[in-house]
Amino acid sequence: MLEISELRSRYGRIEVLHGIDLNVQQGEIVTVVGANGAGKTTLLRCISGTQPVSGGEIKFRNDAITTVPAFKRIGRGITQSPEGRQIFTNLTVEENLRLGAFLFKDDRVDKDMQDAFEMFPILREKRNLTAGGLSGGQQQMLAIARALMGRPNCLLLDEPSMGLAPILVQQIFDVVQNLKSLDVTVLLVEQNAFGALKIADRGYVMETGRITMDGPAADLIADPRIREAYLGI
Amino acid sequence: MSELLQFLFSGLTVGAVYALVALGFTIIYNASDVVNFAQGEFVMLGGMLTVFAYAAGLPLILAAIVAIIVTAAVGVALNKLAIEPARGAPVVSLIIITIGASIFLRGVAQVLFGKQIHRFPSFSGDTPFRIGGATILPQSLWVIAGGLAVFYALYLFFTKTLTGKAVLATSNNRLAAQLVGINTNWVMTLSFALSAGIGALAGVLVTPITNTSYDVGIALALKGFAAAMLGGMGNPKGALVGGILLGIIEAMTAGYLSSQYKDAAAFVVILLVLFIMPQGLFGAKQTERV
Repeated sequence: MLEISELRSRYGRIEVLHGIDLNVQQGEIVTVVGANGAGKTTLLRCISGTQPVSGGEIKFRNDAITTVPAFKRIGRGITQSPEGRQIFTNLTVEENLRLGAFLFKDDRVDKDMQDAFEMFPILREKRNLTAGGLSGGQQQMLAIARALMGRPNCLLLDEPSMGLAPILVQQIFDVVQNLKSLDVTVLLVEQNAFGALKIADRGYVMETGRITMDGPAADLIADPRIREAYLGI
Repeated sequence: MSELLQFLFSGLTVGAVYALVALGFTIIYNASDVVNFAQGEFVMLGGMLTVFAYAAGLPLILAAIVAIIVTAAVGVALNKLAIEPARGAPVVSLIIITIGASIFLRGVAQVLFGKQIHRFPSFSGDTPFRIGGATILPQSLWVIAGGLAVFYALYLFFTKTLTGKAVLATSNNRLAAQLVGINTNWVMTLSFALSAGIGALAGVLVTPITNTSYDVGIALALKGFAAAMLGGMGNPKGALVGGILLGIIEAMTAGYLSSQYKDAAAFVVILLVLFIMPQGLFGAKQTERV
């Protein structure tokens, strides 16, 4: 569904992605793990279109989308829950969700919002409050729920566990795993390699702008090099 | 008593104009955090273009519509030619660009329209209404009605429509706005068009009372800015209340102190607001957890 080949990207004169090859098949949960600064977030930004690409190609459902502007990619079925949540802090929880479905004006918007409230009941409770006042965990739930309101075929999740208490981390990972049953394909970027690999089908390991290893998540978890470098075991 | 009422009427009239200018500020500020100091020039263009379209033989209402549309187009051009190319620059730089644009527009107006004072007739005659010993011009009622109508329309736009929410979302978080599918460049274009159109409407409404010339924009922009600050930048309700309050303060200063201090009132208000309550009367409370 998503095919990335030889992808390069730079910030000014400094290249941070040195030719990434990665693919995601329909219905999979694929994770990209790696240390801080490896280029994981840049990779997701290239896919969502908020970071310019300097070389290579991104294909989504066999269409090249490398130069499609960000605001048009969501219409093709790619939505992103960005790093740092990036919710609309001055708007209410409900407005945030409604804007997640900005492209849609049909009855399904209401239904999707009810589904989001089912998934995260705390958001229903706080629906009329300003999103900036939510706790970190609630903001993360809102960011994921907002991305789901855009009816993704492919959901890009950037560090959903960052800065959250361990119990919330588990809750977020459970939600991500359940997305499979909703037929949403997930590309999950995480520093929490263990948690991410546990719920993923396949994984890629990224180091300083290159993919250094890839394979079934279960194999990666068992690999001694990964265990030493990322899992702290 | 009738004196007080008279000051109140003139305060309401000027205040409605300030409110319209402040509402214009509100839209662009909401979309981009930029305070557009060329807002006063939009008011000038609205009045001036109406003068010339009317002189060219168009009926007044048509002349006004043409003026508003052309001014809106000028607003769009300002965004496309001056603001959009500087995207990514700090807000302060963008604000300075708008000051430059205002000087440019004023210069062009001086060349095109000359330095004379221009006017066109009132919409519904010049026979004042008498209320409680004071008088009010029919045109003043047009100005006040215009201010209220624009406020209400904007209030509905920002609270009830998805497009209005998209404007708010764009200013709140441009990156996230793009991620949910909002074309943020289009939002900016829309904001400048709306803002310029509202400014032009103010010019159309007030010119029969105050007349117009190429340089009326500076004072209007500064006072509209004071009004927006007083009410709380970015809030339509604040713009309306701030504008009318400022108009009344000014009229009372002129009436009871001296008309020479009239213009000082706006600047005293700006200073007081900045010292005492920088958020203004209705400014958003900043609560944010990270």
